[in-house]
Amino acid sequence: MSIKIENLTHVYMKGSPFEKKALDNIDIEIKDGEFVALIGHTGSGKSTLIQHINGLLKPTSGKIIIDGVDITEKKINLNFIRKKVGLVFQYPEYQLFEETIEKDIAFGPKNLGLTNDDIVKRVKRAMNMVGLEYEEYKDKSPFELSGGQKRRVAIAGVVAMEPKVLILDEPTAGLDPKGRDDILGEIRSLHDEYNMTIILVSHSMEDVAKLADRIIVMNKGKCILDGSPAKVFNRVDVLENVGLAVPQVTYMVKKLREKGINISKDVFTVEQAKEELLKILNKS
Amino acid sequence: MIKDITIGQYIPGDSFVHKLDPRVKILISLIYIVDLFIVNSFKGYIFIVAFTVISILVSRVQFVYIYRGLKPIFILVLITAILNMFMTGGVNPPIFKWKFLVVYREGLIMAAFMTIRLIFLIVGTSLLTLTTSPIELTDGIEKLLNPMKKIGVPAHELAMMMTIALRFIPTLMDETDKIMKAQMARGADFQSGSIIQRAKSLVPILVPLFISSFRRADELAMAMEARCYRGGEGRTRMKQLKLTNRDFIASACTAVLVFISVLGRMWWH
Amino acid sequence: MEKKMILCEKVKYRYEDSDKGNSKFAIDDVSLQVEKGEFLVILGRNGSGKSTIAKHMNALLNPTSGKVYVEGLDTSDEKNTWSIRNKAGMVFQNPDNQIVATIVEEDVAFGPENLGVPPEEIRLRVNECLKRVHMYEYRKHAPHLLSGGQKQRVAIAGVLAMRPDCIIFDESTAMLDPSGRKEVLNTIKEINSKYGMTVILITHYMEEAVDADRIIVMDKGKIIMEGSPRNIFSQVAKMKDIGLDVPQITELAYELRNSGVNIRTDILTIDEMVSELCQLK
Repeated sequence: MSIKIENLTHVYMKGSPFEKKALDNIDIEIKDGEFVALIGHTGSGKSTLIQHINGLLKPTSGKIIIDGVDITEKKINLNFIRKKVGLVFQYPEYQLFEETIEKDIAFGPKNLGLTNDDIVKRVKRAMNMVGLEYEEYKDKSPFELSGGQKRRVAIAGVVAMEPKVLILDEPTAGLDPKGRDDILGEIRSLHDEYNMTIILVSHSMEDVAKLADRIIVMNKGKCILDGSPAKVFNRVDVLENVGLAVPQVTYMVKKLREKGINISKDVFTVEQAKEELLKILNKS
Repeated sequence: MIKDITIGQYIPGDSFVHKLDPRVKILISLIYIVDLFIVNSFKGYIFIVAFTVISILVSRVQFVYIYRGLKPIFILVLITAILNMFMTGGVNPPIFKWKFLVVYREGLIMAAFMTIRLIFLIVGTSLLTLTTSPIELTDGIEKLLNPMKKIGVPAHELAMMMTIALRFIPTLMDETDKIMKAQMARGADFQSGSIIQRAKSLVPILVPLFISSFRRADELAMAMEARCYRGGEGRTRMKQLKLTNRDFIASACTAVLVFISVLGRMWWH
Repeated sequence: MEKKMILCEKVKYRYEDSDKGNSKFAIDDVSLQVEKGEFLVILGRNGSGKSTIAKHMNALLNPTSGKVYVEGLDTSDEKNTWSIRNKAGMVFQNPDNQIVATIVEEDVAFGPENLGVPPEEIRLRVNECLKRVHMYEYRKHAPHLLSGGQKQRVAIAGVLAMRPDCIIFDESTAMLDPSGRKEVLNTIKEINSKYGMTVILITHYMEEAVDADRIIVMDKGKIIMEGSPRNIFSQVAKMKDIGLDVPQITELAYELRNSGVNIRTDILTIDEMVSELCQLK
């Protein structure tokens, strides 16, 4: 199932003095099973873009074709999109509202019109996917839990709709390092074990380097870089120009190369850096 | 853009009217409204109209904004006019009669008066909110209520509540928007179905909103205490309200208007 | 004897949890001192007790046992509360939930107004403090239109306007994006270095502690490490054990050392790493 975004433009408040072009001619295709990271500053258009992909916003011009269906047409059934594309907003724990965790996670499947049996199955599966034990947590109030756990409940609520594509907007925002690692681990397994296509919006270059197969960089509504981490992180100048950074070790490698040390450019995680450095140090 | 619309649509400016002390403006508005009901002759209303039109011109607020304030109450004015027209009794023979519907001359006059009163009531208050920022209004109300603290009116607390409410309205609107979008992404539908269904569909928005508001209030209270807030006692204010010549001129004009209205009530009826 | 800015003596704190009857100690026997003019960072995971101890420092919380003194004033004595809160200002985590007024300069004035400062003096302080945090041009703006980093800077100005002796930053960067975080950190460092303000920064981000004078690491309500940044950063294994993050460079040095390379482990910056590696070649 692919997502084709063709010449997508979105202008807020067209014709008014507050008119703003949030998206400018975006043209990308996301293939089945990819793990894509979407990076860019606040205001670069990434939030606007992801809201288009799941139908919350309609473009001013351009098309979005999901699984062969143009969702920008007027008569589109929103449920069709919601079944295929799930969207987890920032600080999703602020949307929890039900009395029990089970009921909250069931909200999505219920809105899809599933039978009660199916709903229970989905809730169980979703809780499994985010690492929350069904029997232990299903009757608890979501408000009893810690921040990180609440977030997992919220993610489960979207995962329970069993979308083919899962978009997550800064899923690690506000979490401490361990909380961050846990959530990213779960997202990784959603991709690896359950074959979900993942679109991860993030600020953290280090996180993105570890997880993504492909990085799309946005700035001022345009897509300025699109490729593998190696390809994107090598364009340090472009990234710095738009106020983004590369992982620390990548900077280190750049400086080493400037000093004449022949180390590979494609280093963005600590493991890669270690391997490359050991290679060089062992040679001498 | 919704965020930029403040309550009552304040339009910044530096006209004579804008620069009046808010306490004076509020009091003049109240007196004006009472005056509308004192006047009971068309001659009297000429002065009211003149006073109002001059005020609007001096404030440099465009008439279109005043008109916008009137649009919502059009139906109300119509109903009031019709009711007064048919319900007012009279001494002289009726002007119009059809089955049980009777209209006396007094009825027509009453309808006209009530129409004028309603319209100018709205025009007057619109002018007040168009030329006075919410903060100024809050300050003005607080200062006016201050003397009533002696009889137990919590002037400072009321003003604090109004300020905080005004401060958070745009923030809460943003949050409501976010929550709506998040629930829509889970398939929530707020638009279709019966009234009951639509009301129920608001639960996933209202519950998170309430919870977050309580949390906000809690955190805000702690932050205020950390900055040594302990109620109105001993507090000073950076912004001081000072009466200027403008305020005296405006008050004098209003006094003249009231004088004429009272005389008019005695002479022209 | 010169008074310490803040002194915590064997502080224990337990949240009242009436349902359970045996609630844990959020702060378990913590003793620490803060010197005047210091830039102290308290690092720890969520639940380590770092925010709880911070709230003891301005008398928002009182110890279950033990004592906390702010410039010699006992926090458990109610009579001292307002002086303490004047001396020790606090900037909180949520940028929105500390701004009270409808325009920036009025919010900065809130603190001095509460202290009964004369109006002209308030005006002077507001202008000065907004300039210090580089937000003077925004003085007439509505807060909801500002970015997270800008809101936090307004909050900092609001605390500075009260002329505190020390400012506590309770995870003030946790909800900000990277540029906002940078803005706020730079402001914090500036008020410490330029204006000599004692600064206590509570955080779980190690990168924010690089320039600290001293770091205290907390876990499960206790202090488990204390020392200079170099000292603390080099204990990579321990930091990871308690679930804290280590900057990539420091972790790399640690990994290389574990693989037999003779390299220092207390490396803090990219430049230090580069020169270390060049020396090895």
